[in-house]
Amino acid sequence: MNLKKLSIENKKIRNLIPQALTILALLSVIFYFATNAQINMGNRGISFGFGFLSQEASFDIAFSLIEFDGSYSYGRAFLVGLLNTILVSIIGIFLATILGVIVGVARLSNNYLIAKTAEWYVEIFRNIPLILQIFFWYFAALRALPSPENAINFYDVSYLTIKGWYIPKFVWINFDIFCYSLILAFISIYFLNRYTKKQREEFGKILPTFTLSLGILISIPLLSFLLLGVSLSFDYPELKQLSETSYTYENGVSIIPELIALALALSMYTATFIAENVRAGVMGVGKGQKEAAASIGLNKGQILKLVVMPQALRIIIPPTTNQYLNLTKNSSLAAAIAYPDMVLVFAKTALMQTGRAIEIISITMLTYLSLSISISILMNWYNKKMAIKEK
Amino acid sequence: MIKSIKTWILVGFTSLLLVACGQGGSGSGSKKSKTLDNTKKAGFVKCGVSQGLPGFSNADASGNWSGIDVDVCRAVAAAVLGDADKVKYTPLSAAERFTALTSGEIDVLARNTTWTLSRDADIGLTFVGVNFYDGQGFMVRKNSGINSVNDFKDGISACTNTGTTTELNMRDFFNSKNIKYEPIAFEKADEVVQAYDAGRCDTYTTDKSGLAAQRTKLSAPDDHKVLPETISKEPLGPVVRQGDSVWEDIVRWSLNTMIEAEEYGVNSSNASSLKDSDNPAIKRLVGAEGELGAAFGLDNDWSLRIIEQVGNYGESYKKHIADTGILPNRGPNELWTKGGILYVPPAR
Repeated sequence: MNLKKLSIENKKIRNLIPQALTILALLSVIFYFATNAQINMGNRGISFGFGFLSQEASFDIAFSLIEFDGSYSYGRAFLVGLLNTILVSIIGIFLATILGVIVGVARLSNNYLIAKTAEWYVEIFRNIPLILQIFFWYFAALRALPSPENAINFYDVSYLTIKGWYIPKFVWINFDIFCYSLILAFISIYFLNRYTKKQREEFGKILPTFTLSLGILISIPLLSFLLLGVSLSFDYPELKQLSETSYTYENGVSIIPELIALALALSMYTATFIAENVRAGVMGVGKGQKEAAASIGLNKGQILKLVVMPQALRIIIPPTTNQYLNLTKNSSLAAAIAYPDMVLVFAKTALMQTGRAIEIISITMLTYLSLSISISILMNWYNKKMAIKEK
Repeated sequence: MIKSIKTWILVGFTSLLLVACGQGGSGSGSKKSKTLDNTKKAGFVKCGVSQGLPGFSNADASGNWSGIDVDVCRAVAAAVLGDADKVKYTPLSAAERFTALTSGEIDVLARNTTWTLSRDADIGLTFVGVNFYDGQGFMVRKNSGINSVNDFKDGISACTNTGTTTELNMRDFFNSKNIKYEPIAFEKADEVVQAYDAGRCDTYTTDKSGLAAQRTKLSAPDDHKVLPETISKEPLGPVVRQGDSVWEDIVRWSLNTMIEAEEYGVNSSNASSLKDSDNPAIKRLVGAEGELGAAFGLDNDWSLRIIEQVGNYGESYKKHIADTGILPNRGPNELWTKGGILYVPPAR
């Protein structure tokens, strides 16, 4: 065996060669595209570099989670766009999941009306192109909203208008202490759950875990208010006259209609696919499982929680991961309705102002790739956690 | 065993082939008039226009493009190919236009594009001239009582297009007035119009010619007005790729010919009869004297064809901008001899 170590007779080496050649081929393709781009850019007098990222952006963005105005750099503008993309994705995923689960379960309902309504919802919303749904929510549905002076008023606290949804601004004192208290509460809940699980498994004692957890979640932050000087007040939106006929609200926080329309369209669309996943998952659990669970005296809630859901989730999670990824990538349609996501702010506006097409498109593509891979990793971890554990 | 050897021979061969192709395909240098050669070979001028801006470049129901930007492309086609209709139009958004030009998808960009230093110097483009002197303005609702930009207050929301100088001027303007504003930047002009019309924003800002043109698309155009102030200089003009100076000269002088023709009173109907004019400048314009076309590798009737098939600048302006009611008054876009600032170098 030792003699064969470096010869072609060695199976390991033989297997390595095609792999090495494949990588070489791949690298030469990349090299070809890179040199080709470089030569063509050279011919056309275009320079290449990422120095522009630190230049002043000199355009403003309507909606930003971090402080931004035109005096910040293109790099910062990219960050604003990225955060806006993440924000609309998180909101979209959250709403799509809730709606998807509800509709999915509703499709299985014995009630004819509920089941049919859910079916119609799925068939309508998954068969219309997403971009049209975005336009529908933005230009048709939100257009029906009143102007600020006739706003839909929620108890003088919040106002819904065509210019956006104005909500009170949170004004915190000692916000960091409040954050620490929240973290402390979550750690306590984690240990409480371990303790109650042990009690249940070893001594058969069933403690009211949920009530206790809720108690901790409320009481610890509450203590931080009472003892540690945390306080919270609100800046309520106030109507302001801009001209003889136009108004706006000031002081509060404005949730721009572009965000509302985009989040609505994305979640309504993706929810249809999630609903089908949920239906498939629940139907995939054998009838015998439920009957067996019922026969040992579990009630309906327990059957769902302890027997059906753990098995259904294994079917639901992988295709739902795909839907989360789709939703995140679909959020790039935002540019059509002026929601300042990464594509609009960076791949369009910044690209236009700087002309750095290759640099900006590569950065944007890599960022979407990293975003998607992060979601994949997170969901794969959850999937593993839910998978059958062989004991 | 044999199978696996086959596999890597195949892979190796493929990779070698790819490298070889790489060597062959790259290095396409820019010869002196590559664009001209390609245009003659293709039989049409590849022209980038807007996605619909009345007066500048707008398609009618049957897909025929017209406007003063379109006329620049038609002039180039008349000069190079002998037929002003031999143009292939590519509608482009503001964000796409420069990439389309630098990548070679189009050869002339005539899309109400503002000439700025950074665009000219930094991204492989060359501006060849100005076919419309514009400036950025604001449109508001008549009943708002806003009569001047000085009536703007904190919190105003302004709709505009993304990826344009408009976005930058808007920031400069509101900053200098110390007004907080909400910028809502759409990718396409049609969506800006819709959003402004719906009441999403209090004002719509873009080049004044654009405002005048887009106003016609609103549901009730008469309820809106353009404020008198102009907050920026917007010299709009055709653009070509850097590095092909012959093509650059052809486009530049196609535009200049139209303006020069107006200056000397040569128009589409009288051009051919002026071949025996007493004025040598006119004779040069209609190709009866000198060998001006030879400098670009064109025949001597190139400028005559432009004037006959497209008309002079004044005719083009009247047809597309004045008679359509967009901007009846020529303002700065009048000839220098009549109080405007249109002034082109002599064609000689």
